[in-house]
Amino acid sequence: MTDNLIEIEGLRFSRGDRVIFEDLDMAVPRGQVTGLMGPSGTGKTTLLRLIGGELRPDAGTIRFDGQDITRLGRRELLAMRRHMGMLFQSSALFTDLSVFENVAFPLEVHTDLPPEMIRDLVLMKLNAVGLRGARDLMPSELSGGMSRRVALARAIVLDPLLVMYDEPFTGQDPIAMGMLVSLIQGLNQTLGLTSLVVSHDIHETVSIADQIFIISDGRLIGEGPPESLKNHPSTMVRQFMNGSPDGPVPFHYPASSLETDLLGQG
Amino acid sequence: MVETLGRSGIVLFWSVWGVPGRKGLPLLIHQIYQVGVLSLAIIVLSALSIGAVLALQFYTQLHRFGAEETVGLGLSLVLLRELGPVVTALLFAGRAGSAVTAEIGLMKATDQLSSMAMMGVDPLRRIVAPRLWAGFISLPLLALIFSMVAIWGGGIVAVDWLGVDRVSFWAVMQEGTDIWEDVGKGMLKCVVFALVVSWIAVFQGYDAMPTAEGISKATTRTVVLSSIMILALDFVLTLVLYGDFN
Repeated sequence: MTDNLIEIEGLRFSRGDRVIFEDLDMAVPRGQVTGLMGPSGTGKTTLLRLIGGELRPDAGTIRFDGQDITRLGRRELLAMRRHMGMLFQSSALFTDLSVFENVAFPLEVHTDLPPEMIRDLVLMKLNAVGLRGARDLMPSELSGGMSRRVALARAIVLDPLLVMYDEPFTGQDPIAMGMLVSLIQGLNQTLGLTSLVVSHDIHETVSIADQIFIISDGRLIGEGPPESLKNHPSTMVRQFMNGSPDGPVPFHYPASSLETDLLGQG
Repeated sequence: MVETLGRSGIVLFWSVWGVPGRKGLPLLIHQIYQVGVLSLAIIVLSALSIGAVLALQFYTQLHRFGAEETVGLGLSLVLLRELGPVVTALLFAGRAGSAVTAEIGLMKATDQLSSMAMMGVDPLRRIVAPRLWAGFISLPLLALIFSMVAIWGGGIVAVDWLGVDRVSFWAVMQEGTDIWEDVGKGMLKCVVFALVVSWIAVFQGYDAMPTAEGISKATTRTVVLSSIMILALDFVLTLVLYGDFN
């Protein structure tokens, strides 16, 4: 067993002519919270989908717990995903099932546990996210923050090795954001998980991540503990970590000069 | 075009392969209720109306030759061979096919299919297969109900209203209707329509662009493509099944 739960080597992935990742190498250590950051549209969510085996890379290897997922067949891939949990940006709760049924779903599909045991497990997971009392509500009756917490309970109900979070803090009020930050950190420690957090929220991510990867233009431009990245030699990394509006990632989308446009000379 | 056919073939293969077992039986029954039982109202109302209109039309023509007692036979042949399978399939595509496409498309747009796959649950087996099989089972049964209700509706108009002799109406129909030629071949058409409509509906949902516009277009495509395929296949099947036209 290696110290890294996920090892990515020489990853290449493109959509049509657009190259998303080119020769990407990355390793996510076990038992830690790893942040994955970068400007919008750099393929962070795509990377999560590649790790989950939803997308196939053009080249390179992605090893999860020592298994190269790019070589797995359909059934093996589905079996491997039982060791992963994913929290989607939209929560992705099943809208025709109650909160309890949503969390019980993976247990009912993958195990032959008696209903009483499933009930106890679901209530324990709901209790861990503070929503045991909301078990009978439908997803349409939940706030955005509550939906994410239910989705989190569902993601950890099979006690996975890895939980991937796709923009968990987006659109949350400060209280919900604080709850999610504390839950991600707390669950990672108490359940011995490995967490991979894709986020734009620098303050929140920095507060819980043991290490951060920053990707831009299809490659890794910075990695390390959060504090070290604020003084990183790369100006692009510093711009991102300090939230500067202009820099190597320009404020303006590439265009001809304003003068040319306004005077109609273009 | 070839790529789309290939993708739809893969979806069909994994869905047919994923025939619901013991654990999936409640899902199948729920879907039969959704696509079959909930379609009954439109099927019964349309059948009553079509049966009544056909009886009026048949009576108007046959009365001129003093052959009103063959109204029942005309009704049964037209309904069992053609209108039952075709109209039921068209109504089914509009009522249940579009709903299946919209439901699967919306599940895709809200990441419910992805989240299911990430839990190690195959959406083709869990979501698509029960809907495909439910359509496949429900449509032939709905077509049978359609033909029965339409004949009954036609009977009310012909016998109780227009005064065709009740015994002749049913006796001529019974004598002139063949179990295999009329009922059997009509049901064979239904089975083909059921497969095609259900396949189009689940694939359009599964392959829809995960946006509001994408789902809207997919739903429209389900109804349009299904209708064209039903009418085109009806011609081909009629040619093949009743092909001695010399």
